[in-house]
Amino acid sequence: MTTVSTTSGPSLDAVPEVSGRADDEFGHLEELRADPIALLQRLRAECGEVGRFRLVDHDVVLVSGADVNEAFFRAPDDVLDQAQAYPFMTPVFGRGVVFDASPQRRQEMLKNQALRGEHLKAHAGTIEREIRRMVANWGEQGEIDLLGFFAELTIYTTTACLIGDRFREQIDRRFADHYHDLERGTDAWAFVDPYADIESFRRRDAARLGLVELVQGIIDARAGEPRVSREERDLLDVLVSLKNDDGTAHFSADEITGMFISMMFAGHHTSSGTAAWTLIELLRHPEEIDQVVAELDELYADGSKVSFQALRAIPRLEAVLKETLRLHPPLILLLRVAQEDFPIGGYLLPAGTMVGTSPRVSNRLGEDFPDPDAFDPGRYIDPRQEDLTNRWTWIPFGAGRHRCVGNAFAMIQLKAIFSVLLRDYEFEMAQPPESYRDDCSKMVIQLERPCQVRYRRRAGR
Amino acid sequence: MSGRRVVAEADLCQAHQLCQPEAPGVFGFDPVQDKVVVLNEHPDDEQRESVRRAVRYCPAMALSLVEEGRDG
Repeated sequence: MTTVSTTSGPSLDAVPEVSGRADDEFGHLEELRADPIALLQRLRAECGEVGRFRLVDHDVVLVSGADVNEAFFRAPDDVLDQAQAYPFMTPVFGRGVVFDASPQRRQEMLKNQALRGEHLKAHAGTIEREIRRMVANWGEQGEIDLLGFFAELTIYTTTACLIGDRFREQIDRRFADHYHDLERGTDAWAFVDPYADIESFRRRDAARLGLVELVQGIIDARAGEPRVSREERDLLDVLVSLKNDDGTAHFSADEITGMFISMMFAGHHTSSGTAAWTLIELLRHPEEIDQVVAELDELYADGSKVSFQALRAIPRLEAVLKETLRLHPPLILLLRVAQEDFPIGGYLLPAGTMVGTSPRVSNRLGEDFPDPDAFDPGRYIDPRQEDLTNRWTWIPFGAGRHRCVGNAFAMIQLKAIFSVLLRDYEFEMAQPPESYRDDCSKMVIQLERPCQVRYRRRAGR
Repeated sequence: MSGRRVVAEADLCQAHQLCQPEAPGVFGFDPVQDKVVVLNEHPDDEQRESVRRAVRYCPAMALSLVEEGRDG
């Protein structure tokens, strides 16, 4: 912990600005919407640890490097606030649903809700059940679209684990499709106007209405059914049962849908994309997939259950997952707004400045990760442990106070998914290896189609 | 674990409580603060592996083993 705190220093004007600013009122917005990775990488290359780009009418200071990242991630919410930094999320969740709670509130939520250690074992069983249902009609061989497959699977796992089995049984593919459109609605144009009349926002709003309609339909259907036992009740039953003093429902279907959307948001596209990229990287590196399959075969040879093993160490698979997360972090830009003058990297940024760091840039810093663009799961095997030794720059889950509270859940989910897929099936690419890529035109990154792979059931399975 | 001390950063702890079952006499939990507490900063060699696992799997990256004489 070598962070030096200063209360003076050159201000925002002295922070170098990255090249390529458009000669109009939007600054670097168009590049952020078209190719954000190029913008973020060029900023690091040109400006070093602290640089800035222009987003419509304000500056965004982007930091990268162990010391500045640590200062960024350790800052409490009353210094660097997260809620104001993501205007594109408000219309997704609905007005009145908070983007992200304070760390204290998050901790309370974690206490009650389902991500704590003691619940993880049950979740591992649920995830195994859902992946087996998804492959139940696969037959001996075939082809899947990675984006659609994993996006649907993770809708079922997140609803089952966070809302409850009863709700999960009442939704289908339509829920996943609407949810996907909602994620596609995270266009950075929201920094200009989150309610602008553009295609991605129209689809976003239609998708949200579609979800509210599905949830309303489930609420109505339940109203006509006999009450279920306490054990079977899910979060929806609990929310619907809350009444105002005059007997009317405390939450509308719209509000409940907003809560569900926000609960699921952090865990959905992130896990879905990581699962897809893990399979792609394994197929690009045959020597790695052989090692992982051998590891799984040995681990499960005694007939042990996925719900048991996914909670335990699976070192080679874990290393592959971590390396996939390093190279393809689901979130490439983490933002905050300074609530007071904020010292960082020798500058003193005035209150109101937007400050960010980029997992995509930090995870590939050459000084921390030798040969940074190479896929090398060996980085996490003793004694290298490049994740633990670089805890402020190995940041696929963020770091510090806002570090993803779902990361243990995510790792268990991914271990369970691949414990099933890789033992029962062999995979091969259905298109050239380099043709798998992300569509980064929205703040929620998704695989670009086509992203097809072929599967074949393994002999004897 | 000669020369190494177990450190938990309460600031970073998110109360996942995975470390207590991993290394029982080494990590405890303060339910009032809702934070991890270190019960034994210098666990013996038998517990070396379980402490390492607790450090490695802490979802908040709040645990570490530091060389004696440094404060992290």
